[in-house]
Parts: sequence; C-alpha cells; structure tokens
Amino acid sequence: MSGLLKVSSNPHIRSKVTTSSIMTAVVIALLPAAGFGIYNFGPRALAVMAVTIASTVLTELLFGWLWKKKITITDMSAVVTGLLLALNLPVSIPLWMAALGGVFAILVVKMLFGGLGQNFMNPALAARCFLLISFPSQMTDFTCDAYTGATPLAALKAGESVNVMNMIVGKTAGTIGETSMIALLIGACFLILIGVIDLRIPGTYIVTVILFAGIFGGHGFDPAYLSAQLAGGGLILGAFFMATDYVTRPITIKGQYVYGIVLGLLTGIFRIFGPGAEGVSYAIILGNLLVPLIEKFTMPTAFGRKAGARREK
Amino acid sequence: MNKAGERLYNGIIKENPTFVLMLGMCPTLAVTTSAMNGLGMGLTTAVVLTMSNLIISLLRKVIPSRVRIPAFIVIIASFVTAVQLLLQAYLPSLNDALGVYIPLIVVNCIILGRAESYAYSNPPIPSLFDGLGMGLGFSLALTCIGAVREILAAGSVFGFQIMPDSYVTINIFGLAPGAFFVLAALTALQNYVKNKRKLAGKDYEKIQSGCGHDCLHCGESGCSERFYDTTENAGQTAGSAVSEMQKAKAAADALETIDLDKEDK
Repeated sequence: MSGLLKVSSNPHIRSKVTTSSIMTAVVIALLPAAGFGIYNFGPRALAVMAVTIASTVLTELLFGWLWKKKITITDMSAVVTGLLLALNLPVSIPLWMAALGGVFAILVVKMLFGGLGQNFMNPALAARCFLLISFPSQMTDFTCDAYTGATPLAALKAGESVNVMNMIVGKTAGTIGETSMIALLIGACFLILIGVIDLRIPGTYIVTVILFAGIFGGHGFDPAYLSAQLAGGGLILGAFFMATDYVTRPITIKGQYVYGIVLGLLTGIFRIFGPGAEGVSYAIILGNLLVPLIEKFTMPTAFGRKAGARREK
Repeated sequence: MNKAGERLYNGIIKENPTFVLMLGMCPTLAVTTSAMNGLGMGLTTAVVLTMSNLIISLLRKVIPSRVRIPAFIVIIASFVTAVQLLLQAYLPSLNDALGVYIPLIVVNCIILGRAESYAYSNPPIPSLFDGLGMGLGFSLALTCIGAVREILAAGSVFGFQIMPDSYVTINIFGLAPGAFFVLAALTALQNYVKNKRKLAGKDYEKIQSGCGHDCLHCGESGCSERFYDTTENAGQTAGSAVSEMQKAKAAADALETIDLDKEDK
C-alpha cells in the first residue's frame, strides 16, 4: 500500500448523462412519429425532414466557422430542432421554405442569442411561427395525395363531426408529425421511462386544455368533443416534446406547474376564441417568454430564510 | 466653413440617429413598410429638425433654462403643424400612409435630443447643419430599412417591381417583427464596417469636434461614446504612447473648436 491519497477537486461523482445523450434520446423518441409521418404522407415527408435537419445542422456548423466559435453540432440539439421543425410543417411545403425555417431557427433564435442554453424561445416553434406568418397559404395547405379535407380541428371548429379513432391512430390531415397520437405517446413514454422528461408540464398542460375546452368549448364535457380536442392538432407533440424543452421551461418545480397551466389556458383561448383552429405553437412560444417571470415568483426560499424574504432587496 | 461639413458627417455617419444613437425607434419600426414611406417620414422629420434646431439656437439666450423643454416643444409643435398642413395640401397620399406618426414627430426623441444637447448650447449655423445632418441620417436609415423590407415583403423598391414574378413574398417583413429583424441586421452590418475601419486605423483620428473624451464636462447627452472610451481599446493594440498622443491631439482639437464657437458668438 503506497499510503498516498489521491486529491481531486469536486465534483467527485459524474453522471453519464450528457447533452448529446439527452438529445439523442429525444431523436429516438421522435422516430415513431416521424416514421408514421412518412408512412402516412409518403416519401416527400422524408425529404422535408432531410432538408430541415440538413439546414439546421449546416447553419450551426457555418455559424461556428464564420464567427470562429466552438463547433457545437455534436451535441445533437440542431438535429432535434430540425426534426421537430419538420414534424411541425405540412407535407406539401416547398423545400426551400423548410430550409429557410431551419436557418431562422438556428441563426436568429439560437446562435445569435448565444447558442444552446441561451435561446429564449423554442427554435423549432419560433421557426414554425415565422413561416406561418410569412407564408400563410403554403403553411396552412394540408392537402396532399392522401388527404384533401380540412384538419380535424378546423372541421371541429366549423361544427362538423370528426372520426376520433382516425385522429388517435393518425390517419388525418395535418402537419407531418402531429397526426398520430399513438406514435407520439410511444415516444413520450420512452422519454418518461428513461427520465429525460416528467409529467409535470405535459400533465398540467393537457388537463388544463381539456378543462378549458369542457367549460368554454360550447359542447360541455362531451367525451367525443374532448377527445377530439386532445388528439387533434399539435397538443400531444407540443406538450411532450416542445413544452418540456430544458432550455425554455421554468427550472423550479412549482414554476413548471404554473407554466403548464399557462400554456393550457393560452392554447384553450387560441383554439376556442381565436380566429384559427390551432394555437399550440403560439401558446408555447408566448409561454416561453413568460418563463423568467414565472421563475422569479416561484423561486424556492433558501434554507434558513423567512418565506417571502427573497423579494426584499 | 468646415464645421458645417463636420456636422453633416456626424449626423449621417458617425452618430446616425437610428443605427448609432438608437433614437426615434417608434417611427423607425412603424412606418418603414416601404422605401417611399421611410423616405417620406425621414424627410418630414429632417425639415422639422433643421428648422427647430435653427430657431432654438437663435432663441437660446432668450429661453430661460428652467422652462426650456416646454419652449422646445412649442417650437417643434409649430413646425410639425405647418409641415402636416403642407403634406395634407400637396402630398395627401403620403400623409395618409404616415397617419398618426406625423403629429407624433413632436415627441420624436431625436428632435428634442438635438435641441437639448446641441442647439441650445451652440450657434445657429452649426445647429442648422446639425439638424440637417441628423435629419438626413434619419432619412437614409429609414429609407434603407424601408427598401430592404419592401424587397422582402413585396419584391419591389419605391413601388417598382424588381424581383421576378416567381418570387414568393415573405409577409413577415411587412409586419412589426420584420422591422426588428431588418433594423438589427442593418445595425450589425454598419457596426461591422465601422469596427473594421476603426481596427484598421483609418477612421481613427476623426474624433468628433468638441469631444475631448472628457465626458464629465460634456453636454452631448446623445454621444455614442459617452460611457466607454474606445481609445482605450485601440491603445492596447497600438501601444499606450500612441493613445496618449491622440488624446492630447483630441484635446487640442477640442480647444480649437471652442475658440471657433466663441468667434461665432
């Protein structure tokens, strides 16, 4: 025995979880929905995904080169952004628009604010909203070879009846990744089981939307109407994969519940009282902007301090 | 006289009200949906700014400093009213396009800012050119922003179609978010160019007259270099001796211009 002790500074126990392992897990969790999108809408869906992922990754790479920063594409976050963006686009979108969305997401929303961890709103959703405002007709044109009608939520808003079973399986019109509730839930269960996300935000978000739709939707607590609100549109995709984004959600536990409720209320207001049928993406990016405020009011009291003392200066 | 040219250069390039001083953001963001609107707004403001600077400078010995702000507002508001009546008479379409932003020129911070920081403490001729330079700088900035937004949102400049028919318009640049994007991009671009010139040492000696980097005794409230001294940064690379020399020279310049001012009086 040498009798020498090894001296090292903390941390002494290192977790094996890294940014790239979390991001890879999210990509894996999105694969069922992406696969169903390709099955449902045909090979063009795959092309849209390839274009958005290529444009997000290339933008991040070029930014690193041109501004002589560390190249950060190996953390996989650009791939997640690109894939999420593709899942939020209609299949018939011109490919250059999809690429433009990817550039906007990475360059304007993420890198200019300092890269991963500094972006104040979800890049994929910000890019979707950018495209939605810029090209409203192409972004809301959901007709393709398989489907010609309106999206289920639009039909529901117009007072038509919808087939809830088709909505749960995903055989409806919509964006590439939002249609299949089952495929999305498979991915969400995977993320919850390996501990990447928890149910706090998605749970409060979805429950709030359902309650809001039940109270203000004009159909009472009719199970068919409520399940259509649940399965239709981007609610599941948004609640499990985008509202839970580590960078843009509150870090406090209490704050996460508040955040979920805020998102639910906003989504409900946009869906029921707004001019459009869908409001998940606007609700989430608006919620992202409220996060600093939510965190400020839900920061737990430090040990030994009196409750409420933190607000004094 | 050299001072007039210097004031014009200062207003258009060195202390451009939009890209450097970041003043008058409200009309900048709101009316620049097309190059024509930007130019119209800019020139309207330039006229008011030039005239009000001249009158305020002429009256600077008469106006007591306690009531100077209300006095400035009265002078500015008179010119805005006159300009609006002229626009209504001769350019009704521009008047309609700019709408409420014409009466709001009264509270444009560029005009009040120049009155307070320059015209009230300087002789009439330099004040006139200061207002003209600032106004032209504002017009230039608004026209640039308007042109970029018009190209992206409508494919045209000053109403002339320049993009091919296959060009798909990007509507967001006609709306408020697009104004922010374009303003930020153009500001970044001009900062990039200016910093490059500064690092290359080309622009270095053109220190604004009256500025000896003595911020403590300087009345220039809108000065872009008020809170940080860029000569320090440059001095690190070029050696502190050079920096000292330039400071001394700047101080000498400052003295010279103060003498000139006295002659004017």
